[in-house]
Amino acid sequence: MKKMLTTAFATLVFATPTLAQNVRVDVTNLSNAIYFTPLLVATHPESTHLFEGGSPASANLQAMAEGGDTSGLIADLMGISADISDNPAGGLLVPGASTHAIFPKGGQNTHLSLVAMLLPTNDGFVGLDALEIPSSEGIYTYFLNAYDAGTEANDEIINGGGATGTPGIPADPGGNSGTGGSGVTTTENNTMVHIHRGVLGDMDPVAGKSDLTTNVHRWLNPIAKIVITVN
Amino acid sequence: MKRNSSFILATFLLAMFFLQGCSDSDDNMSTGAEERSYEVTVLNLSHNQPFSPVAAIMHGAAYQGMTLGASASTALEVLAESGDNSGFLADASADAAVSDTTSGTGVIISGAQGTMSLTGSETLLTIASMLVNTNDAITVLNGIELGQMLKDETMTLHARAYDTGTEGNSEAASDIPGPAAGGEGFNAARNDRDFISVHPGIISMDDGLSSSALSESHRFDNAVAKIMIRRIS
Repeated sequence: MKKMLTTAFATLVFATPTLAQNVRVDVTNLSNAIYFTPLLVATHPESTHLFEGGSPASANLQAMAEGGDTSGLIADLMGISADISDNPAGGLLVPGASTHAIFPKGGQNTHLSLVAMLLPTNDGFVGLDALEIPSSEGIYTYFLNAYDAGTEANDEIINGGGATGTPGIPADPGGNSGTGGSGVTTTENNTMVHIHRGVLGDMDPVAGKSDLTTNVHRWLNPIAKIVITVN
Repeated sequence: MKRNSSFILATFLLAMFFLQGCSDSDDNMSTGAEERSYEVTVLNLSHNQPFSPVAAIMHGAAYQGMTLGASASTALEVLAESGDNSGFLADASADAAVSDTTSGTGVIISGAQGTMSLTGSETLLTIASMLVNTNDAITVLNGIELGQMLKDETMTLHARAYDTGTEGNSEAASDIPGPAAGGEGFNAARNDRDFISVHPGIISMDDGLSSSALSESHRFDNAVAKIMIRRIS
């Protein structure tokens, strides 16, 4: 009993200053069957962009979008003294699930970005590009779109291909996919970062064009919700 | 006494704040007569839907280029079915509530952007552009208020795709004017439900519409455009 009280007291003391001056970011996966690979959430100066619509993906963004590897983007962010939350969900953020990250308030890191690869896609990712964090205390809700990095043709073939430049989709964590797809396309019309057109899928588990399943894997934007609590 | 001094100081600072606020208002709030200039950049976020030359209009509340849920004007129908914005801009120019109109210089392909400038005393912005590999899809900003923007301030908005409702979404080669088909543009017949709605998207030949001239690459989700506005004077 005494130990419990001590713990409770310690939590209270610890929690009070944290609540007083921070920014909490809650993230929810709004898709039906698309998994987010380990999230990268960060606060940083206004001029920083992990990605920008209409611009080519950096090599580090490409590695995240094609294979879920955020290490290069994290190195980029460490170089500019960003505040980083690496993998707040401790793995995949499954459809319907939420996680959160907490950042210090004030200072140079006034803007918020978030990226994670969408599985199963070729190079789709959920993205937030340098949103200005509200300065007034309050609770702010935003909805995020799915982007296409523009670096890989959306063939919709699940073959384990997650390395940069390797065609194909690494995996479907939900196990809802088929096999034997002939490939949806071999070309990428828009090679800049753009809004993902969605997946085609098919209803044939052993053949067809796609290894994805039309009535399971499709989504419409928004694909994620974030709630920013400024304390 | 010390407390009184603090209070007086605070009051003084507060008064300064309000004085400064008033001065800002005089410079920056809409008066209905002051000329302002804006730079409007439209970025195409779609995968394979070129945008027709953008129509951009600065106007007051008495002008409305379109009403969601209502029937489109003939000029908007022409824009949405063929990409020709000249009639839509001419209609706007003839409206007393419009202070400036301009056309983008050309087609904006996917991943590219186009910039135009507008100068006028009114502070609402309307833009419209056709997604040319469709029957009658447009992307629109419908009367966005810019009057609160300070000089050099920027604002970023995302725009979705609407279905103008004037042409059925056949996706047939004969009906789609863009590079995917090269078919007919404007046709005065209204063979759709005749009101503006959020676009339901492209089906495509790859998803079972065998008569479609469009492939899966022409599908889109929202937002289809990112629009960056900067007040330059």
